[in-house]
Amino acid sequence: MELLLAPEQARARRELRGWVDREVAPFAERHDREQRLEPGVIRRLAADGLLAAELAPALGGRGFDPLTLGLWMEELGRACSSVRSLATVHGMVAHTIARWGSAAQRDTWLAALGRGEQLAALAVTELGAGSDLSRVATRAVRDGDDFVVTGDKQWITCGQIADVFLVLAASDAGPIALLVRRDTPGLEIEPIHGMSGTRGSMLARLWLRGCRVPGAAALGRPGFGLSWLVATALDHGRFTVGWGAVGIAQSCLEAAVRHATARHQFGAAIAEHQLVRRMLSEMTVEVRAARQLCLHAARLRQARHPDAVAETSLAKHFAARAAMRAGHDAVQIHGALGCREGSAVERCFRDAKVMEIIEGSNEMHQIHIAELAVADVAELDAEPEGTR
Amino acid sequence: MSSRNTLVTFLTRYFPGHALEDDEDIFALGFVNSLFAMKLVGFIESAFEIQIEQADLDIDNFRTVNAMVAFVAGKQAAGGAAARA
Repeated sequence: MELLLAPEQARARRELRGWVDREVAPFAERHDREQRLEPGVIRRLAADGLLAAELAPALGGRGFDPLTLGLWMEELGRACSSVRSLATVHGMVAHTIARWGSAAQRDTWLAALGRGEQLAALAVTELGAGSDLSRVATRAVRDGDDFVVTGDKQWITCGQIADVFLVLAASDAGPIALLVRRDTPGLEIEPIHGMSGTRGSMLARLWLRGCRVPGAAALGRPGFGLSWLVATALDHGRFTVGWGAVGIAQSCLEAAVRHATARHQFGAAIAEHQLVRRMLSEMTVEVRAARQLCLHAARLRQARHPDAVAETSLAKHFAARAAMRAGHDAVQIHGALGCREGSAVERCFRDAKVMEIIEGSNEMHQIHIAELAVADVAELDAEPEGTR
Repeated sequence: MSSRNTLVTFLTRYFPGHALEDDEDIFALGFVNSLFAMKLVGFIESAFEIQIEQADLDIDNFRTVNAMVAFVAGKQAAGGAAARA
């Protein structure tokens, strides 16, 4: 499909598609079945500057602009949502340090993250604080120059393997974001197994039992941890998850078309049957619409437009639901074959469900996107007659 | 447009039906959520061509229209001085 990309973006897209088909796709089924990432994949990503591809080449990345980063996340999501999850959380922390870190923090972390010497994860969610992160119970208490952090974090993507965590905690001066190293005494990591989707993303529960971290571990000052620091990470996460969901939907569409044109029933390829055609047509429209919304969000991000955050949410919301519907219909078209473990559409179906929950559940987006419509209409109505 | 008017035009979108005063605390109004905070940063950076950094993350820089006007003027003066240096 023609996306009217700039020549270098179109070139990057072709290269990335080939890279993913060679280096990631052959391992996707294994990541899902074994509930772990094949260690070589992280090494290969880092070696080719693709672990935190938005970082500058001098920092180990590829200097991808938002649009190229989005195209990259679609390709990763098309092949393996577990690897895309790794790139998402690592990128969320790298992006947040790049955006809000002090010069010393950027020096300490960015090149190490870009080159894959350190793997980063976001430790924000708790059992009692998912959508409502203002309720985190983890506390950071000042003690001299240090902070002492106590609490537990749940559903931490890549928690089993990350070297450093961006932890959201409450403090006397408001929410605070802290970089906590894996080897900090008092940090205990418990693997979580048996998830239904993105099974290779190596989730963990983190127990912080009086973890002492230096004051320099704080990203920004207390009070800004949630609305500005973690919000920056989550915005980046919504962007990459949205594109990853486009990849899932694209993968489902490709598999459904291949199967429906190859399989014959009642003397014709099932792609000739009207009700199957309807599914293929609707899937095609939704994949393209989701990708266009993500492209629009990418272009706003590139222009550093203030609407970029809201349009990213909107794109993520649509793409997650498009992936779910595409997974549903792709399994339907595959019949019994699509219900069996080891089938790519069966895995995509489970992975798509996760997209509707992470980085803002469907319902959180449904509550907030209306604000966009209200603000748009207020702006239209405020303009004097004749200027519209 | 003055920086004050640019800011007020932007903020009015997010406080519909409220005539915002220049010295009114927008955080005390209760409309400010994390999406708004990020939009505000993005808007100020793009409208006034400045870069907001970690050291600028102080609620007092963003609390009122007057505070934001002063903050932007300070950043622009510092940026201009840096460009001339």
